[in-house]
Amino acid sequence: MIPAADALAVSCRGVQKHFGEGETRVQALRGVEFGARFGELSFLVGPSGCGKTTLISVIAGLLDRTGGDLSVLGVDVDGLTPSERVLFRRKNVGFLFQQYNLLPAFTAAENVAVPLLIAGILRKEALEQARSLLSRLGLSERTEALPSQLSGGQQQRVALARALVHEPRLVICDEPTAALDHASGEAVMDLLAGNAVHPDRAVIVVTHDTRVFHYAQSIAQMDDGRIAKVTRGNLTEAHA
Amino acid sequence: MNFVALRMLTGDRSKYFGLIFAIAFCTFLLENQTSIFAGILKRTGSQILDVTDAEVWVMDPKTEYWDQTKALKDTDLTRVRGVPGVAWAVRLFKGSPVARTMNGKFAVSLLIGIDDATLSGAPRKMVLGSWDRLREPDSLVIDRAGYVLLFPGEPLQLGRTLEMNDHRVTLVGISDASAPFLNVPIMHTRYSEAVNFLGRERTQLSFIIARPLPGTSPEKLAASIAEATALRARTTQQFVWDCVLYYLKNTGIPVNFGITILVGLVVGTVVAGQTFYLFTVENLKQFGTLKAMGVTNPRLVGMILLQAASVAALGFALGTGMAATFFEIFSHKLATRGIVLMWQSATLTAACILFVAVVASLLSIRRALVLEPAEVFR
Repeated sequence: MIPAADALAVSCRGVQKHFGEGETRVQALRGVEFGARFGELSFLVGPSGCGKTTLISVIAGLLDRTGGDLSVLGVDVDGLTPSERVLFRRKNVGFLFQQYNLLPAFTAAENVAVPLLIAGILRKEALEQARSLLSRLGLSERTEALPSQLSGGQQQRVALARALVHEPRLVICDEPTAALDHASGEAVMDLLAGNAVHPDRAVIVVTHDTRVFHYAQSIAQMDDGRIAKVTRGNLTEAHA
Repeated sequence: MNFVALRMLTGDRSKYFGLIFAIAFCTFLLENQTSIFAGILKRTGSQILDVTDAEVWVMDPKTEYWDQTKALKDTDLTRVRGVPGVAWAVRLFKGSPVARTMNGKFAVSLLIGIDDATLSGAPRKMVLGSWDRLREPDSLVIDRAGYVLLFPGEPLQLGRTLEMNDHRVTLVGISDASAPFLNVPIMHTRYSEAVNFLGRERTQLSFIIARPLPGTSPEKLAASIAEATALRARTTQQFVWDCVLYYLKNTGIPVNFGITILVGLVVGTVVAGQTFYLFTVENLKQFGTLKAMGVTNPRLVGMILLQAASVAALGFALGTGMAATFFEIFSHKLATRGIVLMWQSATLTAACILFVAVVASLLSIRRALVLEPAEVFR
């Protein structure tokens, strides 16, 4: 079932997170109010150390928050046991990392197949699906190449395929263009906008790269552990 | 996920082969040293084991091992024969004469005098000739290694002569006697000849070897003989172990080999364990990525255990192959004959390798389990 227009895939209400205790305590998130809608590319921007990575880690269920409410895909994450949270993440979340995080010993197709293998799909079937998706992303000739044999842009396309292959409802991208030149970054964002955005899926992109802001439907500006400003509409000019 | 675990393991060829060779080296060292150690100690009782027709050995009450003998009285043989349960009992002489070839080469030898009438007490393995020819006067059977020592580079040939205690003796057979502790020629002759070859003393009887009647166990018979005669009576296996334990207690062999084995174990454990641990640590980012993508901790533990089990099994197999090859080559050399890869050594080594794999796995698993999947964003 496709969610209603403007339905929130991720809803953060007063989310807090701190690390350490006593003198070493660091308050990373100070009551974050954030929402990401289905069918949109939601950008999360801000200076280094403002809490962007902590926030997406909390949203993805990789970190526990220390306060506030969080709903992901309509599920109250607090109500899940740790193992249920892992299974929830496995099924519903796809990741795109700044450094691609491809497994170096695996071919492009095998890397893409990993989420399917984790889900218990047979290797042959998983590889077929992976090759098919890589072809759609323009890498049909490179499916058997190792990551070390691919350019940065190609590696990020493989990583994108891996993030999408199991059809997650939430895709979290951490600086997907930071390690790429402008042309490669644009190409990856084109593919992301063209393949990841779906009425039943939300995409959150953490980025510093102002050159790709025009892809966003909304931009949340973070500062010092809070959302300072949310912009929707013509975003290129607003954040230029 | 087994595919993912194994591909992660084999993906980095240099680390993968490094791990396997570290474990193979550890396996080779442990199997090699423990087998040589056990083989050398087994040699302390090899002449006892060569006597297959007797099961009980009778000796002076103070005798502790094969090379330490004090002659019994001839009447002791009659007393032993009188013990209920004895099927037969015969004399056995052991001495260490100097044997000299006609061209002047000589060697201290181990001379064993076996029963004149039955020839009981001789090893049954012959390379050339026959035991029956020992009934000829001034005849002698020498082992193959002793022959090579006294007649180096010459073909095996019967009829050669040796001089012992001014006696001229003729080789009538070449045996395949087991290697003794010291690499000296093993010579067999009849009891009556042996005492002549060595020089007469008041008493000559080194051992009495006996066999129990059907239905009587060697252990029971040995106990009966000891009780009835006040002599020391041991079964073949007990006597072999007496020798082994004597050398363990009274020589530096166990210390020397023990140090080597310990060094092999420690070095092998540290090298193999650390290599595997570092392999996991260097792959933490990959494990973190897998955790972020939804691999559960139990699955992660299974993957690490599978990786450890794979390298341990392959390394052990390779190391055992190397050790087997080593022993196959050296078991054909006269000096190292009889020293083989013992299944007990392989089992002990397998246990050590398993221990290494388990310890390295536990350390690696701990690192992987405490890894925050959020680390993948750093």
